[in-house]
Amino acid sequence: MAENQFFVDSGKLNEKALANKHRLEQDPSYRTNHMEYMEGMERIESDIMDKVMSHMNDYDPDSYTAVDVRRALSSNRCSIDDFKALLSPAAAPFLEEMAQKAKMATSRHFGNTVYIFTPLYIANYCENYCIYCGFNCYNDINRKKLNYEEIEREMKIISDSGIEEILMLTGESRGASPVEYIGEACKLATKYFRNVGLEIYPVNSDEYRYLHECGADYITVFQETYDSDKYETLHLMGHKRVWPYRFEAQERALMGGMRGVGFSALLGLSNFRKDALASALHVFFLQRKYPHAEFSLSCPRLRPIINNDKINPLDVHEKELCQIICAYRIFMPFVGITVSSREEKHFRDGIIKIAATKVSAGVSTGIGDHDEKYNGEQEVDAGDEQFEIADARSFDEMYNDIAGEGLQPVLNDYVYV
Amino acid sequence: MNNDTFMLGGKEFHSRFILGSGKYSLELIKAAVENAGAEIITLAVRRTNTKDTENILDYIPDNVTLLPNTSGARDAKEAVRIARMARELGCGDFVKIEIMKDSKYLLPDNYETIKATKILADEGFVVLPYMYPDLNVARELVKAGAAAVMPLASPIGSNKGLATKEFIQILIDEIDVPIIVDAGIGKPSEACAAMEMGAAAIMSNTAIATARDIPAMAGAFKSAIEAGRAAYLAGLGRVLERGASASDPLTGFLRD
Repeated sequence: MAENQFFVDSGKLNEKALANKHRLEQDPSYRTNHMEYMEGMERIESDIMDKVMSHMNDYDPDSYTAVDVRRALSSNRCSIDDFKALLSPAAAPFLEEMAQKAKMATSRHFGNTVYIFTPLYIANYCENYCIYCGFNCYNDINRKKLNYEEIEREMKIISDSGIEEILMLTGESRGASPVEYIGEACKLATKYFRNVGLEIYPVNSDEYRYLHECGADYITVFQETYDSDKYETLHLMGHKRVWPYRFEAQERALMGGMRGVGFSALLGLSNFRKDALASALHVFFLQRKYPHAEFSLSCPRLRPIINNDKINPLDVHEKELCQIICAYRIFMPFVGITVSSREEKHFRDGIIKIAATKVSAGVSTGIGDHDEKYNGEQEVDAGDEQFEIADARSFDEMYNDIAGEGLQPVLNDYVYV
Repeated sequence: MNNDTFMLGGKEFHSRFILGSGKYSLELIKAAVENAGAEIITLAVRRTNTKDTENILDYIPDNVTLLPNTSGARDAKEAVRIARMARELGCGDFVKIEIMKDSKYLLPDNYETIKATKILADEGFVVLPYMYPDLNVARELVKAGAAAVMPLASPIGSNKGLATKEFIQILIDEIDVPIIVDAGIGKPSEACAAMEMGAAAIMSNTAIATARDIPAMAGAFKSAIEAGRAAYLAGLGRVLERGASASDPLTGFLRD
């Protein structure tokens, strides 16, 4: 299988840092045990991980045939085995049929609604070395953490554009962006938005409870890849290296009282069929344990970052991505599916007619640059972006494009209780 | 205007078709309401919790009674809070209680629904609880002050029709408040069948929202519901066995 070349050395790193970076990259024994919880990380009693991993480990996508796919498509209920068939290479020739079936499931569960949100990055400091990410601690980018005044200013600009749902993000640094800082940002967000979600480093259940009380009700954590051996080679340093603590983040969030949780693998890092299977089963088994909760799946593919424009999602082309999304929808009609601005306009326009239920608009993955992006006012010291986006449509453009397709753009469908 | 009306919360309704609003574009609501001849339309409080880019309330004709629902509530406490919010938003005193603890099937929690019904009825709401058709629960709901009972026909959004037919019939036979069949009705013929059974009204959303022509389907449901109601009032004939009924009665030999 082809691989991305992720390693980039910044000329600004001193000799010692550079040596450390190289040793992390080249010497596995120099890296910590990624399956071992670090101090302060909560451990919970849960059998979800075992269930998901045993399915993923046993899954051989090439063992499925057209017969399995036809059986899956003709059934009214989609079993786990049917889902595995739909994710397999054998399903590729059935993509149009899958799309038709997925569309029916979407419309029964969601009608013709499409939700719009925007992300707000409030800090890009990061303590981790994740080799594919623009925020990684060895990448030479402009770092910034917004103060409360700046956060509120950004929120006001976004809110004035019409957006009512926000997803607040930070780089993964407890030191630079402590839980209290994020909590205060949530309190500010509730003044401007109806629906506040977070995509931050995983925290303990009591901290999720605190953030919930500050006004956040949705937590998204990307597992990146469910292949823990591969994960180890991509997340070389920092708390994010601990794979099981990340896996259990959504369950801790639900224990802390959050209403909904979001999941994803970053497609292109490892075997995408296995990662898609594990992402969906992570939802499937948690839903059985926490049936009241709301669940959503994202479907991000690898994107280029600052200082490395070659990064790409390898064998996950648009057709494969569409197959995954259709399989998700057929397997779990009730789940929210988000397609971010990592994808181009034509793909997002098409996929919201089949299965996606939520899209971002007016997106910046930089820090403190909304005035520039929305109003053309130059920001002097904005923080750099996490990745390059592929669809720069504003809120108004997205809203009108959705409505123009005969779909119904929805800005909010939520009350905090 | 027909004289065959039914009462909810002291208000008289001629139309027996309650329309949902959650799954299709707002500009279609007006046409759907008109074609359906609907006098009651449900709306999710959480959907009205929006700034006014497209406030759903603006699309609903004034003469239509709003039936806000508590979707999003996971227990009685949350349902009560959402109902009070609806009242504050100016949606009137009607409320449809929806309490779902399951995001997959969206089946109502009967136990929590009884609790919420009691609290809200005591506060003067006209309470219409959405429930799984269980006779004992229906009796408790009436005792708690429900103005009607809304049993589901099959899982919400499934368009699977009258899967709970036998149990809905029991509610119709035994419960004195109107029984409004809610959720799962997929076709006008199924709405018609429920009305023939004696349901007071039908609530439908997905069947109309997923139709190719939404206003036309709303009209088809209207006709079906009226036909079913007329059949119920006319008294359905007996079902004939194969061939004709025997012309010589078995008991013809009896002399006195």
